[in-house]
Amino acid sequence: MRQETMIINMGPQHPSTHGVLRLLLELDGETVITCKPIIGYLHTGIEKNTEYRTWMQGVTYVTRADYLSPFFNELGYCLAVEKLLGVEAPPRAQVIRVLMNELNRISSHLVWLATAGLELGAVSVMLYGFREREILMDVFEEVTGLRMNHAYIRIGGVIMDVPDIGITKMRAFLDEMPSRIDDYERILNDNPIWLERNVGVGVLGADRALELGVTGPVLRAAGVPADLRKDMPYCGYETYDFDVITRTEGDAYARYRIRLDEMRESMKIIAQCLERLEDPGPVMIEDPKIAWPAKLSVGPDGIGNDPAYLHHIMEESMEALIHHFKMVTQGVQVPPGEVYQAVESPRGELGFYVVSNGEHRPYRVKIRDPSFVNLQATPDMVEGALIADAIAAIASIDPVMGGTDR
Amino acid sequence: MPVERLDGVHLGKTPEEIEDEIERGVLLTSLDRAVGWARKQSMWPATFGLACCAIEMMSTGAGKYDLSRWGMELFRASPRQADLMIVAGRVSQKMAPVLRRIYDQMPEPRWVISMGVCASAGGMFTNYAIVQGVDTIVPVDVYVPGCPPKPEMLMHGILTLQEKVRTTEPFK
Amino acid sequence: MAERLRARFPDTIEARGEVTVLVDRDDLLDSLAWLRDDDELSFGFLSSLTATDWPGTDPRFWVVYDLRSIEHDHRARVKVGLAEGDAHVTSVTDMFPTANWHEREVFDFYGIVFDGHPDLTRILLPEGWEGHPLLKTEELGGVNTRYHGAFIPPVDTRTAT
Repeated sequence: MRQETMIINMGPQHPSTHGVLRLLLELDGETVITCKPIIGYLHTGIEKNTEYRTWMQGVTYVTRADYLSPFFNELGYCLAVEKLLGVEAPPRAQVIRVLMNELNRISSHLVWLATAGLELGAVSVMLYGFREREILMDVFEEVTGLRMNHAYIRIGGVIMDVPDIGITKMRAFLDEMPSRIDDYERILNDNPIWLERNVGVGVLGADRALELGVTGPVLRAAGVPADLRKDMPYCGYETYDFDVITRTEGDAYARYRIRLDEMRESMKIIAQCLERLEDPGPVMIEDPKIAWPAKLSVGPDGIGNDPAYLHHIMEESMEALIHHFKMVTQGVQVPPGEVYQAVESPRGELGFYVVSNGEHRPYRVKIRDPSFVNLQATPDMVEGALIADAIAAIASIDPVMGGTDR
Repeated sequence: MPVERLDGVHLGKTPEEIEDEIERGVLLTSLDRAVGWARKQSMWPATFGLACCAIEMMSTGAGKYDLSRWGMELFRASPRQADLMIVAGRVSQKMAPVLRRIYDQMPEPRWVISMGVCASAGGMFTNYAIVQGVDTIVPVDVYVPGCPPKPEMLMHGILTLQEKVRTTEPFK
Repeated sequence: MAERLRARFPDTIEARGEVTVLVDRDDLLDSLAWLRDDDELSFGFLSSLTATDWPGTDPRFWVVYDLRSIEHDHRARVKVGLAEGDAHVTSVTDMFPTANWHEREVFDFYGIVFDGHPDLTRILLPEGWEGHPLLKTEELGGVNTRYHGAFIPPVDTRTAT
């Protein structure tokens, strides 16, 4: 009998690692003795890049960090900059921000469901997840012009109002989605294979989770009702009616149940947002020193500059042209200072620590990404378990490497 | 047998000659064209999802866009079983050696699609961390622009590559 | 809350609804323990840990700890200034295990050393990387990559392979 252990390397290119995550596993037979996650294979230098661009261009960088929750990145960054500026976006813009965020939460959870299903061998769940996600991608494309990486939420509001076709599609989505979630539950909730692979797997208790800085569904699955939308509300979340879902088991199955229930809560919020959107109003702050100068309108070629505005700056007013030029090339001037602003992303506390030294570009943008912090819990969840369960445990954290490595 | 649709296969000059050949049960073509045609129809991509583009690549393979219409849904986990690498996303300096190693493990003939502007040229991430174009590490056959490219654009890139594969002479 | 903090830390700054406490490097662990154990504050959750670089000023580096209280739903920031050439500070990994990766990241980005850290190695950049990219004295980089002596020409001057 040989007694020594075996060290295996999993990733960074591996079908079950949920992105370019690499794990060094020490195995005794099939049991994991130690586990060391190695990250950085998608390090993009986003934080450094933002220091070389204007405040407004920063939105386009942060949105690509955690690419499954672009609206959350944009919102966190814009709220931080608005806090530095001491301004607030108009009420309608806040409603649109909440609306897009909650739609994004559903689409992110759907990708989680799809990829976790794929990793555990439930291929039909993967196809269902992406099928429903396509409906949301369609909505996002109608509203922002893009399927991903939208740069739709801007400093001082959102770049343009939600078109009617977008509202129509959202309503259709709200009608359709509840039955689809019921379908997932019918497939998975009592599915013996799903239960076998998830119940009691990757257990993380509340105390240890808090020590490790874990937030989001993983923390709520351990029984801590921490949700920044309730605890430190932003964008008027305190005025919406929704529940924070918690469970007590702290295992992969509890995380799965929480994510499905959170989709339902998000739909409650979306319905309230659509009601509030019936009153018109501005979607960008009035202050010309902050607001993006160009007006957009939907032309025959899709989205384009408003012809009336173009006529105004090109033909009528020299001052307006100079103002436009200054705003586009230099952008906002932000007073010196530092802020930390966090939003509740689908994966937990997404924080932005933003420092200004009074110039027209950020001095430091630090993204506190929940995937980065939550992944630190991997050894706690995996060590002592079987290697097959390691896959399920990592999938249940829902790490997005774009956010982890930035 | 649908004669017209066998593109790349020589069947004779006139319709009468074609009829004759089919009746004899023999098709005459150059070996180059037959191999190109066969290769085009049986590509197995290796998954090389890195960032945002990987999600769009998965969307392309999933229900709505359904890549299996071109016989390409069979994403292989092992590079040894694949002949096409779709580099989907930004390639970091840390990932570059891994990418090259995986490329080297793929059997010949092999092709590379560079998906998205980050893989093609570094994109907006002109900085210390990102390789400024994956073509500095591996030869690229087709570049797909976009950030990220829509699934339709990836499909167009794949069809472009298929055309290239079909017209490439394999024995040179 | 700011009043309560000011009693222990005279250097408490309040701005934009956020509270910042400046502490001395040697007092860091005691301060964090006090902030965590005080019943009205209970800052038991370390949200974020990062640093900023201000070349030409003294101190050059600020290490920033963003604390959150799950019980009371409030936040505070603790900052430690570090002089150039002496950029090291006690690790807080014993008190907050979550700081492990954060401190490695700060080491990776800025070269700040955390004394007592169990495994202070690079985390995001590859092993063997020279320099610390987020220092203000480092260039953004891009076309001329330094890793392993690679030279990558600008896109428009490249020839097709």
